[in-house]
Amino acid sequence: MAQRSRLHVPHPPARPGEKPDFSYVSLSPAGAVARPDTKAPAREVENLGRELVRVLDDEGRAVGPWNPHLEPEELQVALRHMLLTRLFDERMQRMQRQGRISFYMKSTGEEAVSVAQGMALQPGDMLFPSYRNQGLFIVRGRSLVDLMCQCLSNTRDMCRGRQMPIMYHWGAGNIFSISGNLATQFPQAVGWAMAAAIKGEDHIAAAWIGEGASAEADFHHGMAFASVYQAPVILNIVNNQWAISTFQGFAGGERRTFAEYGTGYGIPGVRVDGNDFLAVYGVTRWAAERARQSGGPTLIEHVTYRAGAHSTSDDPSRYRPKEEWTAWPLGDPVARLKQHLIALGEWSDERHAALEKQLEAHVLACWKEAAGFGTLTEGPTLDPATMFEDVFHEMPPHLARQREELKRLAEAQPAKGSAQEKRLDARTAAVAKEG
Amino acid sequence: MAHMNMVQALNSAMDIMLERDPRVVVLGEDVGYFGGVFRCTDGLQRKYGEQRVLDTPIAEGGIVAAAIGMGVNGLKPVAEIQFADYIYPAFDQIVSELARLRYRTAGEFSAPVTIRTPCGGGIRGGQTHSQSPEGVFTHVCGIKVVMPSNPYDAKGLLISSIEDEDPVVFFEPKRLYNGPFDGDPHKPAVPWSAHAKGAVPEGYYKVSLSKAEIVRPGTDVTVLAYGTMVHVAEAAVRLAGVDAEVIDVRSLAPLDSDTICSSVCKTGRCVIVHEATRYSGFGAELAATVQEECFWHLEAPIARVTGWDTPYPHAFEWEYFPGPARIAAAITSAMEDK
Repeated sequence: MAQRSRLHVPHPPARPGEKPDFSYVSLSPAGAVARPDTKAPAREVENLGRELVRVLDDEGRAVGPWNPHLEPEELQVALRHMLLTRLFDERMQRMQRQGRISFYMKSTGEEAVSVAQGMALQPGDMLFPSYRNQGLFIVRGRSLVDLMCQCLSNTRDMCRGRQMPIMYHWGAGNIFSISGNLATQFPQAVGWAMAAAIKGEDHIAAAWIGEGASAEADFHHGMAFASVYQAPVILNIVNNQWAISTFQGFAGGERRTFAEYGTGYGIPGVRVDGNDFLAVYGVTRWAAERARQSGGPTLIEHVTYRAGAHSTSDDPSRYRPKEEWTAWPLGDPVARLKQHLIALGEWSDERHAALEKQLEAHVLACWKEAAGFGTLTEGPTLDPATMFEDVFHEMPPHLARQREELKRLAEAQPAKGSAQEKRLDARTAAVAKEG
Repeated sequence: MAHMNMVQALNSAMDIMLERDPRVVVLGEDVGYFGGVFRCTDGLQRKYGEQRVLDTPIAEGGIVAAAIGMGVNGLKPVAEIQFADYIYPAFDQIVSELARLRYRTAGEFSAPVTIRTPCGGGIRGGQTHSQSPEGVFTHVCGIKVVMPSNPYDAKGLLISSIEDEDPVVFFEPKRLYNGPFDGDPHKPAVPWSAHAKGAVPEGYYKVSLSKAEIVRPGTDVTVLAYGTMVHVAEAAVRLAGVDAEVIDVRSLAPLDSDTICSSVCKTGRCVIVHEATRYSGFGAELAATVQEECFWHLEAPIARVTGWDTPYPHAFEWEYFPGPARIAAAITSAMEDK
C-alpha cells in the first residue's frame, strides 16, 4: 500500500510536569571551534553555523581562539552592566505587578547578548534592537530614569506617552525605535548599512530578532538585501528557545540551526553560546571587523534561554516545565562571567554581593526619581493635546481642528468630584434605574 | 441556554464547526497547545488533534497564504491573527489573492477562509495592540467584514462566517471578551452573565452575515455603531436623555442598508460612532449611504464620533477613545438642529 502524507507537528522535548530535556541542543567544547580569518569567504566558514563558539569552559576559564582577551576592568564593567540589566528588569516587573506600569518584558537569562554586543561595537554603529535588548541602552549609557519614564508614559517620557513600555529609542545614542511588530527592523538595519556604504562611512549596523520572528518575511527580506549588496551589517537571531508558547521547532529549528540560514543566502552564519559573554564579544568583533573591511554581512545565532515569561501578560507554566531554566545546559550568563572573574582572581563573592546591593539601591533611587515625573496612577501627567503632534511634520488642518475639539471637551468635562459631576452621576443613575 | 463570555462563545463556535465539518481547520500563532493568547481556542487541539488545530510559525503572511492554499484544496480554514495590529504582513495575501481569487478565475478557484482577529483599544495596548483597521478591509471588494458586539452574535456570526463560501475578516473587540463595556474605565467590570446577550445556546445556530440589529428602538435619532461602541453608544443615549434608535451594524460588508436607512428615514437624524480613526473610516461609507438614501428625510447633518486621526496613544487611551460624553454631545447637537 502506498504511504500517505501526514503533517509533521513539532513537539517540544518537555511539557509542564515533564523532565526538562535539552539533548537537542548540540554543544561544542569551549575553545574547540577554529576562528577563521575575517576575510574568509562565506563558503569556507559554513562549519561555524553548525558548531557552537564558546570561550568560557565549565571552570570559568577563557579558552581558545575566540577569546577577545579583555582587561579585568572591562570584564568588571560588563558584569556590572549585566547585573544592572537584571535588577532593572526585576524592579520593573514588580512595578507592573503593583499596577504602576501597564506592561513589561524582562530579558533575564539573555543579558550577555546585549551587553557583550553593545560593548563590542563602536558608539557610531547603529543598533536596531528587538524588545528584549534593554542591555544595549544600559551599555550605551542611557539613564535608567529615562528608561523608566518611558515605561511610565509620564511627563519625561521620550515617546511622549505614545508607546507601550519598553518601546524605547535613542537618536543621540544611535539606537533605533523598538517596534511592537516583529522583525520589521531587520531589513531596515540592512538599509541603514547600505546607506553607510553609499555615503562611504565606516559605521556598521546591527539588528536583533528572536528565533520565532525569523519566520516572518521581513527576516528574509533583510537576508536577501544584505547578501545582494554585501551590506556592512550584523544580523542577530537571539534563539531563546521559546516564542511565547511555541518552541524553536516552530521556526524550523528541528531541521537546521538558525545560523545555517546564512548558508543559503551566502552569508556567514555563526552559532555562538549566547550565555558566554566572551564568546558573544569575540564573535561580534569578528563580524564587525569583517563588515568594516567590505566583507559584508554576518548572521549570528545566539543560543540562549528565555528564563522569564514572554511578557507580564504571559504564563509559561501552562506550556513548559517550571524548572527548565535551571536545566539549561549553558547556564546563567551573569553567574558564568562572575565565575570567570573569580577564577582570574579579580572578583569575589563579597564584592559581588556589595555590587548587587549598590545597584539595587541605584535602581530604587532611579525609580523614585522617575515616579516623581508621574505614574499611571498618580503625579503629573502629560497634556493630552500633545497626542496630535508628530503625526505629520506640520499639523494638517483636520488634526488642528480635532485638537481644538479635545481641548473644548476637556474644558466642558467636570473635574473629578465636582458638583457638576455629582449631578451627572445622579442623572446617569436615575436613567439607569428607569431603563 | 448557557452563559458565555465572548471568548467562550467563539470557542464554542469553532468547537461546533470542527465537530460538524471535517473540512474545518484552525491555525495561528499559539492557538494549539496553549489555546491562544486570549484563550479563544482553548482545548480545541486536545479535542480535535494536531492535524486540525495547528500552531504556526510567526508569520502572518504565511498563515493567510497557507490558509488560502488549504481553502483551494477543499478545507475550510479558520486563521487567527493574534492582534489586528499584526495583520499587515498578510495584507497582500488578503487583498491581491484571497479577495480576488474567485473573480480572477471566473469562479474556478476560491478559498473560503475565515480570518479571526482581536481589535480595538481600552486595554493599555498602545499603538500596536489597539487598532481597529476594519475600514482598511471594507475598502477591498471580495471579502466580507464582520464585527460582533456580544457573545450571542459572536458565536452565530462566526459559524456563518466559517460556513460562508466567501472569505470573511472577523474582528473581535478584545475589550468585550470578558464583559460589556460602556466606555467608563473607572467603573468595575461587568461580566457577560449579567447581560441578555451573554445567554448563548450551546448548540449550532447562525446569525446572518448581512443583517444589522436594532438594539434599542427609538424615534428621535438613529445611532449607528458596531463592536465595543454599541455599548458605549447605549450609555451615551442614556446620558443624552433622548429616545434614540441604536443600531448594531454587525456586518460591515455587505451592509444592511435597509435596516439602517429605514431607521434614519424615520428619525431624520443620524450619529455614526466608531473607535477607528475618522479620516476615510467606515463611518464615511455609512454617512454616504445614509445621505444617498435618506437625504430628503434628514433634519440635521449626519455626525461622526470616532477615534482621533492619530495612532492610538498609550498614555491617552481615554482621551482618544470616543467615550459616552463625546457621543452624547453629538446626539444633543443633532437634536438641536431643527
